[in-house]
Amino acid sequence: MSTVPLHNDKELLPDVKDDATTGTPTMQKRVRQRLTSRGATAAAIIIAVIWTVPTFGLLISSFRPEDNIKGNGWWNAIIDRQFTLENYADVLSPGGSQSPNLLSYFVNSLAIVIPGTVFTLVLGAMAAYMFAWGRFRGKDGLFIFVFALQIVPLQMALIPLLQLFTQVLKFGDFQVLPSGTYAQLWVAHTIFGLPLAIFLLHNFIAEIPGEVIEAARVDGAGHSTIFWRIIVPLATPALASFGIFQFLWLWNDLLVALVFSGGGADVAPITQRLAEIQGSRGGEWQRLTAGAFVSIIVPLAVFFGLQRYFVRGLLAGGLKG
Amino acid sequence: MEDFADKGLQVVVGLAIFAAIIGLIMLVVDRAPKSGREKLQVAGFLAPALILLAVGLVFPALQTSYLSFTDRNGDFVGLDNFVWMFTQPEALVTLRNTLIWVVLVPLLASSIGLAYAVFIDRARGEKALKALVFMPMAISFVGAGVIWRFVYAYKGAEQDQIGLLNQILVWLGQEPKQFLLDAPENTFFLIAVMIWIQTGFAMVVLSAAIKGIPTEIVEAARLDGASAWQQFRNVTIPTIRGSLIVVITTITIGTLKVFDIVRTMTAGQYETSVVANEMYTQAFRAGEPGRGAALALVLFLMVLPVVVYNARLLRKQKEIR
Repeated sequence: MSTVPLHNDKELLPDVKDDATTGTPTMQKRVRQRLTSRGATAAAIIIAVIWTVPTFGLLISSFRPEDNIKGNGWWNAIIDRQFTLENYADVLSPGGSQSPNLLSYFVNSLAIVIPGTVFTLVLGAMAAYMFAWGRFRGKDGLFIFVFALQIVPLQMALIPLLQLFTQVLKFGDFQVLPSGTYAQLWVAHTIFGLPLAIFLLHNFIAEIPGEVIEAARVDGAGHSTIFWRIIVPLATPALASFGIFQFLWLWNDLLVALVFSGGGADVAPITQRLAEIQGSRGGEWQRLTAGAFVSIIVPLAVFFGLQRYFVRGLLAGGLKG
Repeated sequence: MEDFADKGLQVVVGLAIFAAIIGLIMLVVDRAPKSGREKLQVAGFLAPALILLAVGLVFPALQTSYLSFTDRNGDFVGLDNFVWMFTQPEALVTLRNTLIWVVLVPLLASSIGLAYAVFIDRARGEKALKALVFMPMAISFVGAGVIWRFVYAYKGAEQDQIGLLNQILVWLGQEPKQFLLDAPENTFFLIAVMIWIQTGFAMVVLSAAIKGIPTEIVEAARLDGASAWQQFRNVTIPTIRGSLIVVITTITIGTLKVFDIVRTMTAGQYETSVVANEMYTQAFRAGEPGRGAALALVLFLMVLPVVVYNARLLRKQKEIR
């Protein structure tokens, strides 16, 4: 961070000298440049404010007493300065059926997201490794086909997949992926995450120097040894960044959850509960604001904590496409 | 507490079963007879992912295509569902809205993201400024829905406003407005939310691309006396063209599939529905899987040109390598 302004200062210095010796033409140019850069700075500040204020307003509101939230705007908190944790206690506590009971749904989100991310990462990395280093016919064609699957809308797959889970994968009373558990969500999320996982991880794994893998092969290592001993350790940065991505997507998902969770406090994630509260009790701002922040807190922590890896992953996939 | 222990157990069992399956695959692959070993190893690594994709994406996509030609009883009805889609006023509104979304969101999100990236390039505190605009990426569409419904919140003219936007209208001496109820402009207020989310993604990718422009080119342009705007048009834009295409493509696909924002903010009422939301409503709420499938198919056809374009780029890239 500190190197950036220093760098700028150095650039400015010769400019100032030039100006003093050569007179008006450069002076004019400099003034014009200053103006455009001032306009640019102003525009940037306006954008930054518009992008931040809505979230900030919600955060402030979530700590205001119910009457204040409903009575006047959150900016009045500068004057009335009444804050409370009651909203959070209310949405988290396991009350009756009327209560938002968010803690339970919060746990569901974690229980859905963690295995969902792990499954996608492992299976995606295994396939990506074979697409990068395996030797078989039709490899490139198959890889492009998998890439293209990325863009099949989830909406097309939902109805048949639900039928498959509830009607086909069923022997007598035994369901392979029982309803009312997380299993259906894990499998569905894994399927939908795989095309992008394979594509992004392949890009990274293919860049690993061939000599390393050749040397292991000469020593008689099979694919499983090479994969676990060489590929996984070397590809850790890519695995980490895609893992963060997948984690955020699964945490923020609503559509897949609506179709496969059944909707109860046993399985449904926090996004689904929040959407329900919005639909049925949209006027209860004290619960909505606190609830929204409970649901945002984990992705925001992941985002700010691991931003560096996250951005790197974005670029690995984005810039090469 | 008992409840949470049960959930934790589910996760542990799920992860254990998955580990057992992977372990078994590795064992079989390692113990394979010498002849045909390579083939079996390739199959072992690829099979889990490919089977899941075939079962969860390829087969459902085919089945949905068939379903779109049937009515609610499963009888074949030819093109009836498509006729419905292109003749019923409410279905036409859905198509019109989707077109507005898919034009405005990629265009505005990329332009604002690009402008912001240029404005703050090498500015003081660049990283913090980036994080502010990038942050909405980590917030779920449902969470964003709450945030923006609060910004748009409406109260009668004689009351104190709690929504920021209406308060600004009042400060400017205007009447407060029902932002989400009044068609057709309510669609634009929903689109603003999607732009708010996607701009950060565009900004981060484009900013990295701008930093990748060789300094010699920029210096040369500056020596030739190019103004800031000329530099931007003749140097920056052509150099980052590839990244720009990737950004616009990604946002376009995301926008076509957008569902959660509409679902949680208006549930598609007041003429704000889009294809992805209508598909869910028809298939899972109205008991019209045929219509839902037809909508999904149309969505796929809309995304198809993007798939083809990207697959071509990918193939070209593979050839270069």
